[in-house]
Amino acid sequence: MNTQHPLSRRLILQAGAASAVLGAPGLLLAQPKPVKVGLVHPVSGGLAYSGGQSRMGAQMAIDEINAAGGIKSMGGAKLEALLGDSQSRPEVGVSEVERMQQDGVSAYLGCFASGIALPATQAAAKYNTPFLIDVGASDLIVNRGLKNVFRLKPGFGKCVDDAILALGEINKSANGVAKTAVLVHEESEFGTGTAKLLGGKLPSINIQPLETIKHANPTRDFSNIALRIKGLKPDIVIMSNYQNEYVLLARTLAQQKVEVAAMFSVLGGGFNFKLVKEQADVAQYMMDFNHWYNPKNAKAAEMRKQVEAKGGLFTFEVYLSYNAIMLYADALQRAGSADKEKAIAALETSTWSPSIMPYGPTKFVNGQNTGGRGALLQASKSDIDVIWPNAFASTKPVFPRPKMG
Amino acid sequence: MDANIIISAAINGLLLGGIYTLVASGLTLIYGVLHIINFAHGSMLMLAMFGVYYLLTLLGIDPYLSIFIMVPAMYVFGYLLYKGLIGRLSSGKDENILLVTLGLSILIENLALMFFKGDSRTILVSYSDRMVELGPTLVPLPKLISFVMAMLLCIALGLFMQRTDTGRSIRAVAKERVGARLVGIDVDRIFAISYGIGLATLGAAACLMMPIFYVSPSVGHVFVLVAFTVVVLGGMGSFLGAVVGGLIIGLTESFGGLFLGESMGQIGISLIFILILLLRPSGLFGARQ
Repeated sequence: MNTQHPLSRRLILQAGAASAVLGAPGLLLAQPKPVKVGLVHPVSGGLAYSGGQSRMGAQMAIDEINAAGGIKSMGGAKLEALLGDSQSRPEVGVSEVERMQQDGVSAYLGCFASGIALPATQAAAKYNTPFLIDVGASDLIVNRGLKNVFRLKPGFGKCVDDAILALGEINKSANGVAKTAVLVHEESEFGTGTAKLLGGKLPSINIQPLETIKHANPTRDFSNIALRIKGLKPDIVIMSNYQNEYVLLARTLAQQKVEVAAMFSVLGGGFNFKLVKEQADVAQYMMDFNHWYNPKNAKAAEMRKQVEAKGGLFTFEVYLSYNAIMLYADALQRAGSADKEKAIAALETSTWSPSIMPYGPTKFVNGQNTGGRGALLQASKSDIDVIWPNAFASTKPVFPRPKMG
Repeated sequence: MDANIIISAAINGLLLGGIYTLVASGLTLIYGVLHIINFAHGSMLMLAMFGVYYLLTLLGIDPYLSIFIMVPAMYVFGYLLYKGLIGRLSSGKDENILLVTLGLSILIENLALMFFKGDSRTILVSYSDRMVELGPTLVPLPKLISFVMAMLLCIALGLFMQRTDTGRSIRAVAKERVGARLVGIDVDRIFAISYGIGLATLGAAACLMMPIFYVSPSVGHVFVLVAFTVVVLGGMGSFLGAVVGGLIIGLTESFGGLFLGESMGQIGISLIFILILLLRPSGLFGARQ
């Protein structure tokens, strides 16, 4: 027994040395360095739901890319998510950017809220690291000349312009039945900005704003506002509020039987599947101009099923984040490297088509994709349908909506 | 201005005040009688509202029937929470209780975020959108019910405090803790009972509010500051004060919205809070110290 020991040890050492010399390079070749993508989302705090949805969408894209063999031009390099939480606070978003920089991040994705995206993108600009904006409406995000920032989805101004175009077309085809509107908005930048833009553009489609009503966050009771609107008898009520107030206002207007041709919003905070599911009668016929997937695309339908099978909702955060990752993967594929300069150059010249969205090929001008657009949606009793643009519409608009009786 | 609009605003204000009274009644007991600044009041309301939400969506139990589940459940929860955690950690010091309840509220809200996610939910029951004609305006039936129930709840709590041995013990502990202990009252138990009753009223409030309002992990913040204002305005520990304070705040908010615009209208609540602290710190119906 004793005589066998030295021999075995030597054999083991030899085998180990052989595998080190021959095997390791092979192993290294088989596993190129993963590309780290920092997800800066608000997964806690007031915006936690949306942050969680964004993270889910990004993760879906990363899983899909990795399962398909990673980035081919980089020897099958996998994407690796660095999970961040901005806690719905701008300063935490910035510190997450800094932390991820130390962890060797190649690109960022975020931030859901414009207020977080503005400082976070600026922090990433110091390191010239690409920052993909999945959700974040403010046009300031891309208007500051930061070369590292890319937003695939249309911004605030474009959404308002398209929403006005859509409303104008729908109203025209209904013989201009709507002539007046009342705007109700929450008091922060989002609501005030939207209401101001919309109010200024409504006359161009022959709709006159009668009054603009501002309300606080939170507002616990909309009864007085509903009565005021009832007294003004507008043809359209235009709402710009966050989720809670959106739902309360819509519900109160329905309860007070405020008869209008349409209830309309742009990027409406509470217009989603949940509203349709929980308050079907209130939601029915409501219209919202928002980011939406292409209902005619098979891949989008499959993704929706996938999310719903897990008990989730296929909200815009999911597919906007998904697409932003796919956009980056396409840039990596063309750049053949995760080098920040090369990736930024590849993003700048991107002509990728996000087929699950009602978008054309991407074309970035100062970091903003000009090939994207939102869709006008209308709630039915059980679902949300695209009613504009016509090429992607899944049904015809119900406008003016039937009287409540 | 049209008289009908003013009458409607008054009715809306009173009904809103009823909701504030509901939330404030438990707080006036905990904060007013026992001098516990219960920062967890809002998060407890949120928990109770989620309880009502799930009782309806998972088990199909009507929110009004849920009162019979939520009130005892919240009482037991409050009692055990005080006995097991708040009482032990505070060692009888008021400032410790403040910190413990603040910590609890942060913990509960974040756990709620983890389990329930951050979005808001509403429920729909057959009577949700049933409207009642009240003068020149239409009022949702659940709002009217919550108003009536808030008044009844405060009367019941007032009677409980005046007429029952436990009520007398609570008042004795509130007035003179050492003296109460000397005459054989188990002070810790009375604290736990009071905390339990405070939470039980939130259980009732949640059942009455769910058909009207939404629930989200942060819903407590929407009400808790107003509830503190109501308690200070009405007088700490006074259920009559909670009713009158709630109604005054409701009317202030409604008329503030009407005359100053909905955005500015809520300033009235803060103004009243400051004025009361300046002119009558013990509140409208509070005992002068």
